[in-house]
Parts: sequence; structure tokens; C-alpha cells
Amino acid sequence: MNRKTKEIFIKYIFFLFALVAIIVLAMIVFSLFREGMPIFKQVSVKDFLFGMEWYPTFDPPYFGIFPLIVGSFIVTIFATLIAVPLGVLAAIYISEIAPRSIKEVLKSVIELLAGLPSVVLGFFGMVVIAPVLQNVFDLPTGLNIVNASMILALMAIPTISSISEDALYAVPQEFKEASYALGATKFETIAKVIFPAALSGVTTAVMLGMARAIGETMVVLMVAGGAAAIPESIFDSVRPMPASIAAEMGETPYRSLHYHALFATGMVLFFLTLTFNLIADYVSNKFKQTGSATL
Amino acid sequence: MHQIQASTMKWRYLQQSLFFALIRGAALIITLALGGIILYIIIHGISAISWDFITKPPTHSMTQGGIMPAILGTIYLTVGAISIGLPLGVASAIYLTEYARQGRVIRLIRVGINCLAGVPSVVFGLFGLAFFVIIFKFGSSILAGSLTLGFLILPTIIGASEEALKSVPKTFREASLALGVSKWQTIFRIVLPNALPGILTGSILGIGRAAGETAPIMFTAAAFFTSKLPGSVFDEVMALPYHIYVLATAGTNIEETRPIQYGTVLVLVALVLGINMIAIIIRAYMRRNKRW
Repeated sequence: MNRKTKEIFIKYIFFLFALVAIIVLAMIVFSLFREGMPIFKQVSVKDFLFGMEWYPTFDPPYFGIFPLIVGSFIVTIFATLIAVPLGVLAAIYISEIAPRSIKEVLKSVIELLAGLPSVVLGFFGMVVIAPVLQNVFDLPTGLNIVNASMILALMAIPTISSISEDALYAVPQEFKEASYALGATKFETIAKVIFPAALSGVTTAVMLGMARAIGETMVVLMVAGGAAAIPESIFDSVRPMPASIAAEMGETPYRSLHYHALFATGMVLFFLTLTFNLIADYVSNKFKQTGSATL
Repeated sequence: MHQIQASTMKWRYLQQSLFFALIRGAALIITLALGGIILYIIIHGISAISWDFITKPPTHSMTQGGIMPAILGTIYLTVGAISIGLPLGVASAIYLTEYARQGRVIRLIRVGINCLAGVPSVVFGLFGLAFFVIIFKFGSSILAGSLTLGFLILPTIIGASEEALKSVPKTFREASLALGVSKWQTIFRIVLPNALPGILTGSILGIGRAAGETAPIMFTAAAFFTSKLPGSVFDEVMALPYHIYVLATAGTNIEETRPIQYGTVLVLVALVLGINMIAIIIRAYMRRNKRW
């Protein structure tokens, strides 16, 4: 083999390795479809997605995941409402205001928060937050939407904050200088120049944070309470999709209808997070900051 | 005229002070939340920690004794995950930084990596169950769990390796190529060694991630309780995260085993955050001592 063919050969081997992420993604889709589709021979797609009853072990069983979808969205939305202001403000602090030493500390704090295992946060929500909520608001249980949303917010903050920070950091220095030269205060520069310029990056950050929250499993399994019903108040329990899958998969017989229904729930969850990720990807590419010329 | 301006200026600076206070408040809340959680776990967990707790198996249907099998199981799974994720991830990153030219295929691969990073951990668990446990017939085992976790940490490792490879100056490659060295030799002898510390940092973060995950191993590797230690990669293992979940939710005496639960949480947090700290310190050290 001469040198040139060898080089080309090596290049293609590396190309195959580069495809691994796509291959794994395809394997995931394949396994979800293979194990999830059989449920639709028994239950129509409409009844599955919009059915109000999730009683998989009854006779006859009911496989309607609408309450689970609602549960997932509710905790995700509340978590986002908490995490976005905290995460974005922390990002502004790190990139624009903080002195160097505090900046390093805060970056490490956020990185460590991202590193905390979800089961640990779930445990904390169960043994610390739940009793407090129960006593303060005089509730039957502290495992509810409020608790799950607060803990999920903690998990979404690192994603939102670190990606927003990158976006803020990427805003060209000339923009700030021009703003200061016009006599704007630092606050006005941040609010009217830097933040709008970084908006697409911040949007991406929020989308990815939401994807993180909706797919998170252990937290909602341990602190959301597990009631498969449409909640009426923020102190009600819910059963988000990941919680349902994780809690029930261990007890369901292999290739039973229930088993297939859980895989189909996994499909719904997968395509939801995929949508969030693709939107994030689209936003970050479409409105890419390529320097001062585009703005 | 001057007075109006003075009062507007005053208002503008007041506005700024209020905003800065809000921002500092947000940073403070995040720091306090992390600090509070860690402190709480240390205070409640430290009394459970002893040499026996770390080196002895559980006894009395997990209401007493130690957590050694769970620690060992987590180590096995993590080592397995990194030995799958690291080579695949680094090779993938080499193509993306050293060979790839901008184009549709590369764009597709990048979208694929981003989407893989966003796949929920419980979906990874379902995938591992359907693919490795059932189709490949590995059963619930170290092998199935390691493969699942290995693919889970792939995007982390690809991302970190790409950063590390990109940070090697172009002049290094040009100098090597100018001497007549072939491209792949340049990559192996020049680029990779210089990128190694960065790649290591990334893989350490991957290790931390793999050690702490629960949902992906629930159906693929983790055992509620095993009295014997695994003899091969086809055996089930106990794992720290799953052990915490089991003790906190499904134990016979949830209240009575609280000390053991806190102790196990503390061990897991110390392990995972310790691993993360090492990565952060190595990176800070590298930045300071950069030779180029």
C-alpha cells in the first residue's frame, strides 16, 4: 500500500468513527420503534396520546398517556420559569460584572451543580424539601409539582447559564465600546446592546435547558408524587413520562402490552426532546453571530 | 435644564444599582443552593461513614452493614463506560477537527451529536434494555450497563476532545507536514499528545457523569441486592445511585435506614464531585502553564 492510499484509508476509518453518534441515534430510534409500535395494534395512536386514563395493570387495562404528557409539561414549564431568570442573570454576572476571582468561583459552582447526580437531588427533594412544603402549606404530601419544579430548575440552571454565558461572551467588544461612548451606563449597555445581540444564544440555552428538564428522570420519579391525573393545583402530584417509565418497567412482564406501552411512551419522550434540540440547533444556526457585520 | 439632567442621571444609576443587586442575588441563590445541599449531605452523612461502611456488604436485608458491593459495581460500570466511550469519542473528534471539511455530512453529524446529548437518560435505559439486554442477549449485566453508559457519555467526550484538538496551534501541524511527515503521523505524534491533557479532562467529566447516572442502569445492569460480587461482565451488580433510590423509596424501613441513605449519598457525592474537582483543577493548571 503506498502512502497516498494509506492516508485515504485512514481518513475513511476515522470517518466511520465520526458516524458513531448518528449510528447510536439510529439504534435508539430502532429499538424504541421495535418495542413500542406493537401497542398501536391494540390502542389507536389517538387514544394512546390523548386518552385520559393510565391504568396499565387494570383488567381491561387503559393506556392513555395524556395525564403523563401534561405532568411532564407542567413541571418543565415551572422549572423553566424558575431556572431562566436565575440562569441568565448568573450568566450576565459572570460575563459582564463579576470580578475575576468571583467569576472563577461562580463558574466552578455552576459546573459542580451540573455534576451533582440527579438521584442525589431527588433524594434531597424527598427528605428535605417535601417535609418543609408539607408543613408550611399544610398539604397531604410534599411530593408535588412545586417540589419537582424547584429541583428540576436546579438541574436546568447549569445548562442555561453556561450556554448563555458563551453567547454573551461572543458579543463583539466594539458594541460595548460604542454604547459606552454614547454615554450609556453599564446597565443600559447590557440591557439594550449586549443582551439583544446575544438573544439567539440565550434562546438556544433556554431550549436546551427545557430539553434537560423534560427528560430528567430520577427527580420526577422521586419527588413528583406519581399521581397519573391532570393536576388541579400546583400542590398536586403528577406522574411525568420518565417517572412512569422508570417506575413501571421493572415490574412489567417482557413483551406484555404494558411493556410496549412504556416503550411507546419513551418514543413520545424521545421525539419531544428531539424537537427541543432541533429547535435549539435551528435557532443557533439561523441567527448565528458571525461578527459585527451581521448585526 | 441642568437639574433635570442630574435627576435623570441619578435615576439611571439607581436603575443600574437595582439591576446589579438583582444579578448578585441570582448568583447568590445558586451558590447557596449548591452549598446548602452539599453541606446538608455532609452533616447528615458523615456519622454513617466508617471503614466498615465502605468495605463491608449490606446485612439484615440492607438495613445495616456497608455498601462495598455498590461502590465496586459503580467502579466497574464506570470503567466499562469510559473504555467504550473514550476511544469512540476521540476517534470521532479526530475526524471532525482534522479531516472534515464544512459540508452537509458534517452538519448532519454535528446535529446528530447534539441530539444524542439531548436524549433523556431513561430513554438510554430503554435503548440499553431493548438492544443489549434483549437483542444481544447480554441480560442485565455489567456489559449491557457499560455499553449504555458508554454511549451516553459519548457527546461529552467528543465535545471535550474536539476543544482539546482545536486548541493545538495550526503551526504545529504545518511544521510537521513541512518536514514531510504524513498526515496521520502528524495526528498521532504531534496533535494527539499535545491535546491529551484536554482530552483527559473531558473524559474525567464523562466518568463523573457515568458514575452518577441512575435511569440508564436501572433496567440494564443494576441489581436490587446481590450477596455475591460479580464474577464476569455478564453478572448484575449493585450500584451507588440505584442503591440510594432503592433505599429511599422501596426499602422495608425507609425511616430507619436514613443514616445509611445519607451515608450512601455522601459517598456518591464525594466520588462524583471529587472526580469533577480533579477535572476542574487539571484544566485550571493547564491554562496557566500553557506552553504556546
